[in-house]
Amino acid sequence: MPPMIEFWRVSKRFEGRCALDELSLSVARGTTLALVGPSGSGKTTTLKLINRLVAPDTGAVLFQGQDLRQLDPVALRRRIGYVVQDAALFPHLTAGENVAVVPRLLGWPPARLRARVEELFAWVDLPATEFASRYPAELSGGQSQRVALARALAADPDVVLMDEPFSALDTINRRRLEGQFLAIKRQLWKTIVLVTHNLGEAFRLADQVAVLAEGRLQQLGTPEEVREDPGNALVGDLLRSLPGFET
Amino acid sequence: MRQGRWRCAGPVGRAGVARAGVARAGVTLAAGVALAGVALAAGLALAAAGGGPGTLPAATPASPRPRLVVGAKRFTESAVLAEVMAQLVERHLGVEVERRFNLAGTDICFGALVNGAIDLYVEYSGTALRSLLGDQRRLAAAPALAAVRAGLERRFGVALLAPFGFDNSYALAMRRDRAFELGITQLSDLGRHRLRFGFSHEFVGRADGLAGLRQRYALQVAQLVELDHDLAYRALDEAAIDVLDAYGTDAKLSGERLLVLADDLGFFPPYEGVPLVRREALRRFPGLESTLALIAGRIDTDTMRRLNAEVEGLGRTPANVATRLLLRLGLTDVTMGRDVRPRGLLGLLLARRGITLRLAGQHLLLTGLATLLACLIGVPLGLVAARRARVASLALGVVGVLQTVPSLALLAFMLPLFGIGTRPAIVALLIYGLLPIVRNTIAGLRAVEPRLLEVGRGLGMTPAQLLRRVELPLAVPVILAGIRTAAVISVGTATLAAFIGAGGLGEPIVSGLSMNDFRLVLSGALPAALLALVLDGALWALERLATPRGLRLAAARSRR
Repeated sequence: MPPMIEFWRVSKRFEGRCALDELSLSVARGTTLALVGPSGSGKTTTLKLINRLVAPDTGAVLFQGQDLRQLDPVALRRRIGYVVQDAALFPHLTAGENVAVVPRLLGWPPARLRARVEELFAWVDLPATEFASRYPAELSGGQSQRVALARALAADPDVVLMDEPFSALDTINRRRLEGQFLAIKRQLWKTIVLVTHNLGEAFRLADQVAVLAEGRLQQLGTPEEVREDPGNALVGDLLRSLPGFET
Repeated sequence: MRQGRWRCAGPVGRAGVARAGVARAGVTLAAGVALAGVALAAGLALAAAGGGPGTLPAATPASPRPRLVVGAKRFTESAVLAEVMAQLVERHLGVEVERRFNLAGTDICFGALVNGAIDLYVEYSGTALRSLLGDQRRLAAAPALAAVRAGLERRFGVALLAPFGFDNSYALAMRRDRAFELGITQLSDLGRHRLRFGFSHEFVGRADGLAGLRQRYALQVAQLVELDHDLAYRALDEAAIDVLDAYGTDAKLSGERLLVLADDLGFFPPYEGVPLVRREALRRFPGLESTLALIAGRIDTDTMRRLNAEVEGLGRTPANVATRLLLRLGLTDVTMGRDVRPRGLLGLLLARRGITLRLAGQHLLLTGLATLLACLIGVPLGLVAARRARVASLALGVVGVLQTVPSLALLAFMLPLFGIGTRPAIVALLIYGLLPIVRNTIAGLRAVEPRLLEVGRGLGMTPAQLLRRVELPLAVPVILAGIRTAAVISVGTATLAAFIGAGGLGEPIVSGLSMNDFRLVLSGALPAALLALVLDGALWALERLATPRGLRLAAARSRR
């Protein structure tokens, strides 16, 4: 079985500035990869290459062994959940409607839709009866982020992309969401790519950690490998400079 | 529409996933575009409720019976003579007559005649010779008529019938006290003083008007103000100007306060009142020419001035004055009812409530239809423009330029394309409605957070789904605000539609201005203002209703 996601020497420039330089890596099915690095290191670009919000200049991104360019981007994205920083819920839709967005696009029948929404609210530990009919303006930051997580999982995607999903939250909410994240990960066997600049978070949540700096992959390994043995001096310095290293 | 409102206000399902949620996007847009339809429906209802034949012209829908369409320029004399002709035709020929009065100026009136929007109106020989035929020769009365008859026939297929019998040449007038003070009695005395002149636009623009006069009499102009005749009389009254131009048959010249200066060098050419008819109408209505000949030569300059004074001084309607004249001349046997306008403003408003209601209906119909069409063009244009910067700048540029065209000029441009009446008025109003709608559609879409668009795309929405489910619902309040602006502007601008015979509340405003009757002006202006306020309020309510609840909550939260 091919890896879920592969990057083959992918480069990307934005207005002349190099965002990614010959990035190669792969993510095995059912594992979580954390992309860490300072801002501007290419983490978010890497993430958006996977759901084709960004197209590579050179190289190729493969999804289950198939070049992304051969796949219909809309169909692809419906198989990939997407969570961004501070939730980005649609403000004109209720929490329930936000969660139901992708199943609706897929044309699920109403009964299945309703059952699914209740199931998802249970997973993220929000009572559907109380929260599904609320609008984003009536939710706290932590509640919004949990709804966003439910929205990403709604259509049972193979892959979930998360871009700094917990960084706007306070410590208590963050720990709570991390707990839910781990529970879901164990139950659902999703392939997850997580962008974070918090090392502690990366070490707690990921199976593999990829350290990026200046558009280049500096090190790829398990949390233990990266923590115990930084691949080069740059990674060592980097790790010490990022929050959460001491944990 | 009813369904749309119900959906917008309707409850969201228990778990918040009821269909109404995402369907709302499309429904709110539908509500937005349909709101002009509300005005439209209300206009239709009012127009129907007002019903009945009024004394004022109406832009009524075409009927299968052949009708003679009589036009008139927007001043008393033109309206009185048009009424005289219309009533003669109705009584003696049994033909149904449609009245299209208050047309703005010679160009619009003659244009309407040539393209068949009207069949008949009263022109002046001097105007026809110079303005219509471009013949600058100075001709005496009989040769002038002959030249006009031949020229109009050959070049436009328009027939000139026998003249009424009066000469309404230009005349200059001053206040009697001022003329006495300066010792002026005739035009050649004017050159000795530097004076303030208040001339009509038409007079200033014509070769046989100011330009020729200035040369002939060596005028010294201290100040030249261009203004309407009606306003010029007021300005003269308040001594804001010294001299005005007038028509020889102006009712206002008969008063004691004014002195008509003698044209001692014979500058002003003859302006005999003559009916102009389309050849085609003479064929369609045999007997039309002989019927109109009944009145030929029977209205001399004195009579005409008196007829004008009956309208402007006594407050009679042109229709009533025309009937009285025909009675005096033994050309009709219809018995007269009382038709003098009540004196007070309140009395007038009460007496006219039926007419006002009907005009308000027409007004709403005009603005509603124009706004609806502006939505159908403007919103899609805005949608395209919001995505393409070049389309946006082009669209906003063109629409912006159109917005700056003065309304009367725009109405005049419409003439060769759409004739006169309701159609060109709606087109003109729709053009004015475009800018706020296009601009707000673009602004509304551009104001949608890019983050939300990216998440929408990332979740697998196609561009069309993104538009329908995310962009439009979020932009709807702003788009609706644009539509509201367009509708309210349209109510104001639509008063000008009366200039091209489209009816509406502009009718009494235009008539009142031409008859110097400010109560009549107010009887149109007050309901129009009220209509604008009511429409604004109604659309504001609709705007709130169509704003997704989540957005209202978010706005309330950000205010806290």
